[in-house]
Amino acid sequence: MLAFIIRRIGQALVVLLAVGFVSFSMFKFMGDPLENLLGQEATMSDRAELAERLGLNDPIVVQYTRYLTRVLDGNLGISYRAGLPVGKIILERLPATLELAFLSGVLAIGVGITFGIYTAIHRDGIITNAIMTISLIGVSLPTFLIGVFLIWAFAVNLDWLPAFGRGPTGNFLGMELAIVTWGGFKSMILPAVTLGLYQMTLIMRLVRSEMQEVLRADFIRFARARGLSERAINFRHALKNTLVPVITVTGLQLGSIIAFAIITETVFQWPGVGLLFINAISFVDIPVMSAYLLLVGTIFVFINLIVDLLYFGIDPRLGPTGGEGRHRA
Amino acid sequence: MTDTNKKGASARPVFDDDAPASAWTRWRDTEIWHSYSRSPVIVTASVVFVMLVLGALLAPLISPYTPFDPGSLNLMNGFTKPLSANEFTSDFFLLGADDQGRDIFSTILLGLRISLFVGISAVLFAMTLGVVLGLVSGYVGGWLDAVIMRIADIQMTFPSIMIAMLLYGIGKGLTPPDLRDEMAIWVLIFSIGLSEWVQFARTVRGATMVERKKEYVQACDLIGLSRWRIMFKHILPNVTGTVLVIATISLALAIIAEATLSFLGVGAPKTEPSLGTLINVGRQFILSGEWWILLFPSLTLLALALSVNLFGDWLRDALNPKLR
Repeated sequence: MLAFIIRRIGQALVVLLAVGFVSFSMFKFMGDPLENLLGQEATMSDRAELAERLGLNDPIVVQYTRYLTRVLDGNLGISYRAGLPVGKIILERLPATLELAFLSGVLAIGVGITFGIYTAIHRDGIITNAIMTISLIGVSLPTFLIGVFLIWAFAVNLDWLPAFGRGPTGNFLGMELAIVTWGGFKSMILPAVTLGLYQMTLIMRLVRSEMQEVLRADFIRFARARGLSERAINFRHALKNTLVPVITVTGLQLGSIIAFAIITETVFQWPGVGLLFINAISFVDIPVMSAYLLLVGTIFVFINLIVDLLYFGIDPRLGPTGGEGRHRA
Repeated sequence: MTDTNKKGASARPVFDDDAPASAWTRWRDTEIWHSYSRSPVIVTASVVFVMLVLGALLAPLISPYTPFDPGSLNLMNGFTKPLSANEFTSDFFLLGADDQGRDIFSTILLGLRISLFVGISAVLFAMTLGVVLGLVSGYVGGWLDAVIMRIADIQMTFPSIMIAMLLYGIGKGLTPPDLRDEMAIWVLIFSIGLSEWVQFARTVRGATMVERKKEYVQACDLIGLSRWRIMFKHILPNVTGTVLVIATISLALAIIAEATLSFLGVGAPKTEPSLGTLINVGRQFILSGEWWILLFPSLTLLALALSVNLFGDWLRDALNPKLR
């Protein structure tokens, strides 16, 4: 057990180091810092001297270590485009992404599990068929199209909800959040649904298939024979046994929500880190790109680590070799 | 090892019954054909796909207008409704015209061309890379296998669309600024391809490790064939079924990834718009009511992605011996 945890944390650290190396290489190999710092009249000896002074001639490992210490100090460089420290920009925008991811995660889990249970119990109803058909569309439609058509339906035609932007924000626990104001919450609904729909359908289908399998198991038949109520069978016996795989897949999907927020934020002009990243790509703003990579990489690695450990905790049968068969977005 | 030795190993008597059946009758007897012809959904999907591909290939011939030749554009045609003639110029537009007076039908055909080109090239790139790495990883093993699979693991931690975006950003940064628009398509192919190779590599590696233990590979080894020859001439043909399935599923993913990137403005440039770019253009007009600029490219993309997806799903089931 302990050995497994230590090894798993070690793997996470290796992945983090690799992610850090990619973002370091982006700084190192894209663009020439000397070109920007030296004037037109600089001679080759000026150049060599500056390179020496900035430590650009040191071995790559030394430079990488220096980069890591700098990042751990919270210094992520200056955005080429905004001229502001990247750390500050990201911290300003992070709450917007986190609240959006939170709401769509809640939506995906809540609605996904509810619909999953419903469709598993009522196998061939009209409602079940309707839900399954809609979920098929939800899986095959690209995220950005869902967003655009939700805007078209609910903002343009019905005029119920705002088409884009974040609306007013209120201060909550020291963060500026839109979810605490009514106007902000209204403008969050469409992006949150767009972002959560894919995960919702995924969770729903998973719950449905797992639950159908469990409902066929012997212990359910015995529970029926003992005369338990349908309610107790479905929720106390079947659902409990369904939740193990659901928890792991859901956990891994939380990471993809953060990544897919890039698309949703652009469609709805939601001022989060995803929109920042897309703009950074358009303008080749390398410090922002590499900082975003570090941030999302860290989030992903942590989520995966926690899910793996949870998995092990919930289902000890899997043992230390568990970890194969990862999700793919 | 001489030539005659090699030939002798595979020689077998030829019977008369072996010869006559033509390729077509033999094909009609296969289980794949049976499963194909009995599923109306898959027949429809493949017909739609073939029509879309033909439309893309013949785009310069069938498109009634040349929407990306500024000289032939007439701004008076702007916002013409679908299935109607413009009231000033009396030019007819099947699917309407956009704000610049470009024919939507023609832009869709040309956009389809770009989308399909990028999608297919990206998958071919991913396939080549993934198959080679997978074969090497599975057959040679050792530290090479460990390195390749660790890289694959790290990459699989992240959603492929995010990797594609990041690679696009890096690729864009590495191309000289004055070539960025010209190179955009190639950077796009490179980044989508590089974000999809892992599936190929992992599957091929798994299949190779199974094949490696079989007798024909041991025989090849015994008669002294080189590693590369065994990998590419003997093992590769036996894993093509799986590769084909992944390729179709990857094609749908690549088409959607391309559309997403172009929609977000980090893909195909405005001068060579793909379906994603067209949808992005159309989005700007939904608030003012010109729905056709958005709707028709979206439907085309949907038809394309859905038909490839359905085909891939069917192929996976048809080639899976467990489901027969």
